[in-house]
Amino acid sequence: METTYRICPRSGLQFEDQAEKLMRFHAVCGVLSLLVGGIMALGVILTRWPAVHLLPADIFYLVLTAHGVDMLIFWIIFFEMAVLIFASSTLLRCRIATPKIAWFSSWLMVVGAIMTNIAIFQGESSVMFTSYVPMQAKWHFYLGLILFAVGALLICFVFLGTLVVAKAENTYEGSIPLVTFGALTACIIAIFTIAGGAIILVPTFFWSIGYIREIDTLMYRVIWWSLGHSSQQINVSAHVAIWYAIAAIVFGAKPMSEKVSRTAYFLYILFLQLASAHHILSDPGMSSEWKIVNTSYFMYFAVFASMIHGMTVPGAIEQAQRLKGYNKGLFEWLRKAPWGNPAFSAMFLSLVGFGFLGGITGVMMGAEQLNMLIHNTIYVPGHFHATVVVGTTLAFMGLTYFLVPALFKREVMFPGFAKIQPYLYGLAMYIVSLVMMGAGTLGVSRRHWDMAFAGAPMAYEWPGAAYLMMGLTGIFGVVAIVGGAGWILQIVLSIFFGKKLEGGEQRSIPQVLTLPPPTPGGAAHPPATPGTLVLALVFLTAFILYYFVNWKYLSSLWGLS
Amino acid sequence: MAYQKDDVPVMQKWLDNPYLLVFLGITIPTVIYIVWGVMEIANIPIAH
Repeated sequence: METTYRICPRSGLQFEDQAEKLMRFHAVCGVLSLLVGGIMALGVILTRWPAVHLLPADIFYLVLTAHGVDMLIFWIIFFEMAVLIFASSTLLRCRIATPKIAWFSSWLMVVGAIMTNIAIFQGESSVMFTSYVPMQAKWHFYLGLILFAVGALLICFVFLGTLVVAKAENTYEGSIPLVTFGALTACIIAIFTIAGGAIILVPTFFWSIGYIREIDTLMYRVIWWSLGHSSQQINVSAHVAIWYAIAAIVFGAKPMSEKVSRTAYFLYILFLQLASAHHILSDPGMSSEWKIVNTSYFMYFAVFASMIHGMTVPGAIEQAQRLKGYNKGLFEWLRKAPWGNPAFSAMFLSLVGFGFLGGITGVMMGAEQLNMLIHNTIYVPGHFHATVVVGTTLAFMGLTYFLVPALFKREVMFPGFAKIQPYLYGLAMYIVSLVMMGAGTLGVSRRHWDMAFAGAPMAYEWPGAAYLMMGLTGIFGVVAIVGGAGWILQIVLSIFFGKKLEGGEQRSIPQVLTLPPPTPGGAAHPPATPGTLVLALVFLTAFILYYFVNWKYLSSLWGLS
Repeated sequence: MAYQKDDVPVMQKWLDNPYLLVFLGITIPTVIYIVWGVMEIANIPIAH
């Protein structure tokens, strides 16, 4: 097939013509979705901030629906499709399989995203991200989601086809690179996610147009969460792959152990999707066996895998830094890391926040008994803002600082702002997640428009701390939105008006990916990583303390003794 | 160093097989989460 390959003079990466255009297309669609979702975030946060309480109830639920769908589905999955194309065609140095199908699928995703947004903004589909039945949205809300999902599913098959092309055309030797393996994990979880979505959204669509009389509410919830939660597990696999990629790009770091990292991804493939069940832990009708097997026994394998990645990524960075001579004490390697490089700072903030805030709280919520403490409170959005916003979005933002020069051939504008942006956005989101979880622990509801329940016949008097934490959610939410809006503005302006960079050599035949020769000495005896070990022990201590504090809290609530 | 197919450990051969991974990654959660879950819901007695 006739195509051309561009060798980027800055990164050495090889971009196939169609793959490069597709990546740009998906990155731009993702950023546009983030823009819509971000504007909606302002409406959500300024309404949940009790002192402001900006929007009336009907507009609030419309805005909340748009925020959830645009952020959790469209932004994330558009960007992930770009990651899949990058990890296959670019990293394996081959042409993309079936580019016409890839373009058709990409446009299908765009049509779906626009259709669902139209349904939401028309005002009769304010069913929120979860769209639980018997609440009914307009037909094009569901149809848009189905079209988007079909498009994403086809791109997953294009990704798998590209792996086949690379293998058949011998563009790499041995196993696929670890980052591509991480993308393969994301792709597999995406196929399960989209299939689960189809199983429930297709009948729901027919219900919305009157061909099906009713949808069982529990059936909907159980199957819908195989879409709703697993879609966020695609993120986990993708952002962990990006952590490895940024460690390699910024430090030249190699994984501490390919075997261990790949085994951890394998555990994701087998077990990560089962965490969906933690949304059903308080539902009657499902047995404790189903709940506990899904959210505890098997999910812990996936948690174990995340802890492995959380240790091997900083471990790989520590090894690379120590090989460069940063050997003083436990943490010289970390102190001398390029904290002014936004790709690194975003990645490291993502890693720490995902582990400490998102990971630990996710395990706590996955225990059936502890889940009762916080079920359907604002603790839940606190948790997933730590995983999806701090973990995934921040990692994606970090990668973009590398992609703008490499993929769009433009210099990133406003480098001074770029240095502080990950801190502004990331640390503000750390605080937002924490105070949301604090308010949730006090019982503040997950979605209610008015936490004061003004005018309700049975008023509830919240402790002052609940109002304080919701106020802090508002303040730091606005700071995070400023950081996110600044990033969007910076990236869009850079793409259109940034200084043009040299495109690099064009070739008609791909350059084969060859394995690097074994490094004498360094590879055989890699430096020890005591700093990472200390960080891991700090993490485990925090994990144990937080877990037992919650058991103590549960026992004090019930007064069992 | 040339890549020797015969030297590849069994576990690595599994992990190098995307078809096997796709099969496992879809079958296991489908059975444990969806099929088991749907069977439980289908067995809930209907109120009269």
